[in-house]
Amino acid sequence: MADEEGSFYIELCKNPIRFDPVDKVTNVFYDDANKQVFTVRSGGAVGVVVKGPSEKDTITFRMESRGDVSSIKFSPDRRILAVQRSPKSVEFVNFNEDMTTDQLEYSQTCKGKSTIVSGFVWTSPNEIVFITDHGIEFYQITPERRTLKCLKTINISVCWFVWLMESSCLLLASGTQGNQLNPFFFRPSIITKLTKFEVDLPSHQKSTKQPLLERDVSMANIYGQLYVIVLRHQPRPGSVGAEIVLYQIHRDVAARKTDIMRLELSGRFAINVVNNLIVVHHQASRTSVIFDINLDGESDGFVRYHHPVVSPLPIRPFRLMLPSLGIQGGQTKMEYNCELYSANWVVFQPNVIIDAKLGCSWYVELKLEPIVTMIPDKHVLAKFLLARDDSKRVILNVCRSMLSSESQATLSTISKVLDMLNKVYQDYLNSEIHVLAGDPPSKPDPAMKVVIDQSDMYTHVFSVFEDNKSIKYKFMVAVLIEYIRSLSENNITVQHYLYELIINILVHNNCFYQLHQFLQYHVLQDSKPLACLMLSLESVYPPAHQLALDMLKRLSTANEEIIEVLLSKQQLLPALRFIRSVNIVDAVSSRKFLEAAMNTDDAMLFYTVFKFFEQRNVKIRGNPRFQRGEHCEMYVKHFEGLFGTDALAEMVAAS
Amino acid sequence: MGTKGGISLASFCVFNPTYGPREGEEHKKIVFFYPKETDIDTQIKHIGLCEAIVRFTETFSNKPCQSLHTTKRRQLFLEAEKDFWMIMTVTIPFTEKTKDGQSVLEYHEEEVQDRVYEAILQQAYRMFQLFNGTFASILERTGNNVKVLQQRLEHFYVRFLQTLRLPQGDILDIFSGIHFMPLDKNTYLHVQCFINLLEASFSSIKYTAFLYNDQLVWSGLDQEDMRIIYKYLITSLFPSYQEQELQSTNSVSPSRNSAAPGDVHYGKFITGPPDIRNEKNLGKVPRVYINTECCNEECFLLVYRAHNASVCMFLPAACKINFELCHKLDSFLGPRLSQLASDIGEQFSKKAASGADTAYRFIYFNHMNLAQKTTVHSDMRKTGSNNIPPETLKLLTDISSDMSKSPEDGEIIVKTSTDNWVVGKKSDHREFFVVINQKNANLIEINEEVKRLCASNFTSIFFLD
Repeated sequence: MADEEGSFYIELCKNPIRFDPVDKVTNVFYDDANKQVFTVRSGGAVGVVVKGPSEKDTITFRMESRGDVSSIKFSPDRRILAVQRSPKSVEFVNFNEDMTTDQLEYSQTCKGKSTIVSGFVWTSPNEIVFITDHGIEFYQITPERRTLKCLKTINISVCWFVWLMESSCLLLASGTQGNQLNPFFFRPSIITKLTKFEVDLPSHQKSTKQPLLERDVSMANIYGQLYVIVLRHQPRPGSVGAEIVLYQIHRDVAARKTDIMRLELSGRFAINVVNNLIVVHHQASRTSVIFDINLDGESDGFVRYHHPVVSPLPIRPFRLMLPSLGIQGGQTKMEYNCELYSANWVVFQPNVIIDAKLGCSWYVELKLEPIVTMIPDKHVLAKFLLARDDSKRVILNVCRSMLSSESQATLSTISKVLDMLNKVYQDYLNSEIHVLAGDPPSKPDPAMKVVIDQSDMYTHVFSVFEDNKSIKYKFMVAVLIEYIRSLSENNITVQHYLYELIINILVHNNCFYQLHQFLQYHVLQDSKPLACLMLSLESVYPPAHQLALDMLKRLSTANEEIIEVLLSKQQLLPALRFIRSVNIVDAVSSRKFLEAAMNTDDAMLFYTVFKFFEQRNVKIRGNPRFQRGEHCEMYVKHFEGLFGTDALAEMVAAS
Repeated sequence: MGTKGGISLASFCVFNPTYGPREGEEHKKIVFFYPKETDIDTQIKHIGLCEAIVRFTETFSNKPCQSLHTTKRRQLFLEAEKDFWMIMTVTIPFTEKTKDGQSVLEYHEEEVQDRVYEAILQQAYRMFQLFNGTFASILERTGNNVKVLQQRLEHFYVRFLQTLRLPQGDILDIFSGIHFMPLDKNTYLHVQCFINLLEASFSSIKYTAFLYNDQLVWSGLDQEDMRIIYKYLITSLFPSYQEQELQSTNSVSPSRNSAAPGDVHYGKFITGPPDIRNEKNLGKVPRVYINTECCNEECFLLVYRAHNASVCMFLPAACKINFELCHKLDSFLGPRLSQLASDIGEQFSKKAASGADTAYRFIYFNHMNLAQKTTVHSDMRKTGSNNIPPETLKLLTDISSDMSKSPEDGEIIVKTSTDNWVVGKKSDHREFFVVINQKNANLIEINEEVKRLCASNFTSIFFLD
């Protein structure tokens, strides 16, 4: 099978967690809170192997076989193991720091005679919640004393439950149809009960409603918000496609239906959440689709309706090295194409797929590059990419391709994309300022993850095209101006290298008058380097001299440079008038002026400058003579040579 | 005191001495002569004299002859192109006085300032060149057919000369500058991006200029091209369009291209289809010859306006201007330009509201970017009355001429007999004139006042005091 890199955007991680497959004596459990796979052989007597996301997390131990294990989970700090073997109680075993155990079990039975424990979840290192058919029981464990203390019980009939560790949120389903959902938040020793809400059930016929099943409900954090994800197989009578409904959970108000994703398929689905995208696997067609609730959907004022971001495609084929079954070629191992969308797959939130028969646990991953060509609208594409992790390189590639002559985008598209990039850039800069000011940083928008700053754009996008002859300079200038406009509107100071780039392009194409107008309207920010650049252009464009001087004047920290410019042009008198106007007559070096005056070979001019500084000397020191440190002897001689010693100013005796 | 004769056009001619080098063929030298009714002998005599003066003066200077002063006439000379001389003769104003019972005409030679009328002559040539190309290029296109050139000149100048307002000539004709619209950076960038988008969306548009009211915001043309086109727009195209708009009744109704609401905009073609709903009438689209990228590039000039913002689009003559293009342009430009115009208008009205100081009047001109500003004239087209006496206005020209003779920067302060102080300053290719009406002020006070003015008005430029 040809593995075309471009035709898959969902893949399974390269290094799955391998474990012993399920068989007659081996049971496999997955704890999504700790992301651990438990392989329990012969009820634990032969051994329990626990595998975590990385190789070093592997734990092996034995426990007494006391019947079939129905659930097994470590506490978040992995110091207490909870095992459920009976419907009435849960057993606990303490672990040491080196993950050895004394195998001494202690037990907790649920309250009430007819109560059945349907499951348990760890809410903190020493707190556990039993979910029973009558409600929840909240226990605190003291492992040293091997005792549990009941902190609280809540009575509610429970059909099934969903737990999301990262938000410490427990969702209990109640009611005859299991469609009354009760969210609870857990903090150490505290339970917060949120307003319950009802999931509307589609009715085929008015009388027989399909109850809401556990397998159709999951919870996940998407763009920093907690959602309950409900799969509805037949949302309306007559409709063919299933849909996914998101309920956003708020701490203060009842959960609200916010988004609906149209699948346009029916059958068995499994849902993952990867990189804030909702990934839906469809077993019958062996394809997956992605939804991004951050992209604009149609809205009816209450709920937004979404369609898949791109067309459904299969997960990229996965090959596994397995011990050879036959004797082909005498190889001990051979490559084996895993069956995708297998009936043995079990999907866990947020992004885990487990094939217990194969003994594999994968993380679902997103490949961004292939998607680039699948979203033709660059504006949508950029919005999509900005919300993804590690998409910087891809975004810069997209920007580059928008400029390149083969796949040039329109200016208005480029403008929109740049605006979007710079919005994120500005938010980032603002939060930096807050941090510097010691304020708590504002929460970053989870839909804007990637900051593309000016140096990124310059290095990876603009400078690439500087010498590219296939792109019209007009287009380059237009794009750069568009970028500067966008930066400027977002109050971001434009870096000098961007100005330099635009100036170079204009100069190379003899667009001096246009450059002049840009400077006239201060599109290009004043700076000393820019002023120097303008000075260097004077030979090809004379007005550049005036522009440079104006700029130096506006900078108001460039008096030295202005003097240098004037003197280099032999404009002695303007230079003198200038130092007088900015009140730095006393501070300037007389030698510099006298030297420039001497070089003009204009005796009268030299006389004037000389007299100017004699007067200055009188003003500062009450004496017209130049000081030794000023190194003006040579010019005094020159003066005497031209006009005689009598022309030197008289020493005025101090009175 | 008798009636006063004004400055008027006595004659205007173009001749080429190489066309009739032999005796008896002198009439061939005449390419254009105004007034047309002048008999041929007078014409021949006139250009014969002009040619003689040009030849004669050549022996004294390497600079060609510029003007000839006589008691009743002033002649201005311009070698517009090699061997093509343009001569404009204007009358000297006079007053009739009675002396010893006899009426005597007293001529006021100083009323006609050479620099002003040289500039007007130069403009007359540039304007012809803008719409027809150079004389040489016309000859080249027609295989040296002088007849065509004569027809072109005739066609153009007969009308153009009537629009010359010679008595109103002043220092602004010398500068022939451009009034730039002051805008903040972000609004300016919006204009920029709008133009870039326009040019990118319509590849047939080669150059663009953007004006708000009579002020330039952006020009993609060469500076000299913009100078003459600006002159044309401000003094001819815009005023006649506005007049026409005032007459027509439906000028304020927004154009509706489709039934969709929100598609309403106020854009209209100034040159091009006068009514976008009437596909029959494509209107008049002038052709212009510009020298931005290469010499004598023939372009169509389409001008579109929404509110007070005008976009001038230059399309190479090779491309076809049809109704489809105009329609597309209209739907592209209409909404965008309307929006942009109202954005600029907001800034404009803010600035206008800040009020003007009337204690002094000034004219500013920068030779480097042709930027000019005046509070001496009540508007840039010089239609209204001026805010200073005509003698003072003439004085500005004299000061400017004096300053142009010295390569050094400097300052001239003059007190007029009418108690106006006039200060002229020149600094690094910039000229600045202030007229202060302050009785009993002394030189030091005026000097201080000007310093203060410069400090408050020219903070962002390097302007020495």
